[in-house]
Formats: sequence, C-alpha cells, structure tokens
Amino acid sequence: MTTWIAIIVTAVGCYAVKLLGLSMPAALLERPIVQRLAALVPIALLAALTAQQTFCDGSHLVIDARAAGLGAAAVALLLRAPFLVVVGVAVVVTAMLRYTTG
Amino acid sequence: MAVGLSGFAFGATAGGAGLTVAQACALSLLVFTGASQFALVGALGAGAGPYAAAAGALFLGVRNAFYGLRLSHVLRLPPWIRPFAAQWVIDETSAVTFAQPDRASARLGFTVTGVSLFTLWNLTTLLGALGASALGDPGTWGLDAAGPAVFLALLSPKVRSGGLEQVTAVLGVVLVLAAVPLLPAGVPVLVAALAAPLVLLARRGRDSREETAR
Repeated sequence: MTTWIAIIVTAVGCYAVKLLGLSMPAALLERPIVQRLAALVPIALLAALTAQQTFCDGSHLVIDARAAGLGAAAVALLLRAPFLVVVGVAVVVTAMLRYTTG
Repeated sequence: MAVGLSGFAFGATAGGAGLTVAQACALSLLVFTGASQFALVGALGAGAGPYAAAAGALFLGVRNAFYGLRLSHVLRLPPWIRPFAAQWVIDETSAVTFAQPDRASARLGFTVTGVSLFTLWNLTTLLGALGASALGDPGTWGLDAAGPAVFLALLSPKVRSGGLEQVTAVLGVVLVLAAVPLLPAGVPVLVAALAAPLVLLARRGRDSREETAR
C-alpha cells in the first residue's frame, strides 16, 4: 500500500509540474534566481543519486562491484560513447566482476 | 534504443526493489520521466517512506517545468491540448523539439518522439518487470548498476563546463554520503539538494565581499 501511495504522489506531482511548465506565464520562471536554482538542483540530485546508488548498501557505505561498473561508465562517457553503451558497460562490468569474484 | 535498454533496466530494477509488475508499469505509464522513476524505486528499495521517496523523485522532475516553458513558446499549443501534451514533456522530446528549424517540424518532432518513446518505454518496462521475476535478484546480473549509470550519463554534460555546476555536484555527493549513515532512507538525497542553494549563497557572499573590498 505504501508503494502505491508513493507511486500516486509521484505521478500526480510529476504530471502537475509538466503541465505547469506548459501553462505558466513566462515571467515567473524567467527570474534569474529561479533559473539558477532550476539548473543547479538537478545537478545536486543527480550527483547525489549516482553516489548513493553506487556506494551505499542500506545505511552503510561500501565499495563493491557497482563502483567498478560506474568507473567503466565514466570512462565510456569520457570517450563520448552513446547513452546505450554507457549503461550497458556499467551493467556488464558489474555483472562480470561479481561472476569472477564469486 | 537507449530508452529501450533503460526501460528494460527500469522494469528489472523495480522488480528487484520489490515492486510488482503492475506497480512498475503504473510508474512508467503515469510518471513517465525516467530519472524520477529510478530515484523512486531506488529510495523505496532502500526502505524509504513513501513521502520521502516521492519528494526526491518530484524534485528531479521539476526540470520538466522548464522544458515545458520553452516548449510552449516553440510549439504554441492551444490550451485544450496542453493537458494531453504535458505527459510527454521530458528530456528526449524537448531535445528533439528544440533542434527543429520551424514550428511545423517542431510539432511533428514532439509528437513522433512522444508517441514512440512512450510506447517503447512502457513496453520495455513491462518486459523488464516480467523478466525480473525470471532473473531473480537483479544484483547478480549487474542491473543495479544501470540506475547510477543513467544518472551519471544525465549529469555528465551538465558538469563538463566546470564552474558552479561542478562545485554543486561535488557538494551533493559529500552531503549524501555524509547523511546516509545518519538519516533515514530517502532523506539523504533531499539533504543533498541543499547543495544548490548553498552554492548560490556562498557565491553571493563572495561577490558582495569583493564588492566591499573595492
């Protein structure tokens, strides 16, 4: 049940945000402080989510096969690989490392 | 293609986080913004409460409002059509639409990208979610690395230019890793969002000090 609550809250919220953007008068969103926050908040969140889903196991910090997978993805990004390859490389390297280390 | 693989990875990740096939599909149909969906199932899988998990996903979805704002200039949609178009306001449709030379091809690009991504994303989510039960623990297959790789790929073009963006990203990482052992699941990511106003405040403080020194 709690999962459904989370799904419905997220769905309604995300839809409202999209519709708001399409329908809102431009002046409000064009204020410089709003623009700057809007550019920086996703960066903070994406960086935090990357770190959390790579280095955390519950409430513990760990370094495991996911770190190697993410490192491989970072190399792929530096080589300007397409999105598909970046995600694929992370999955394959993580799986292979787990397989070889048992 | 990328959407196909990440849709599959999303379905499998959702399954691995304990969501049912119906719940994974409901997310892709109703939320339809990949990063928010990965964030939500990641938080739920880590044991976050429903509201903390939804808040993280929502913050991440706020960027779509800014796409919508620019899109409404480019597409000039009549008001009655906006509620139907809104669900397709995401990274990919915006990128395609902004790349078009005129309004007619922008409208076409938005519609074609919207229809095909929506179909593909939902089909592959279903396959991934069905596959998750057959695969067992997605961890064995390395699919738990798909989420962070998706986030990193979205992040990377934003921080290439350096400057405030890089400082914000680093501070976000420091805040979340410091908060994870101390705070309940789902909350650390919200704490990390504070990196954005903190960096702006620090910048403003420095600017005004330089002003006084002059």
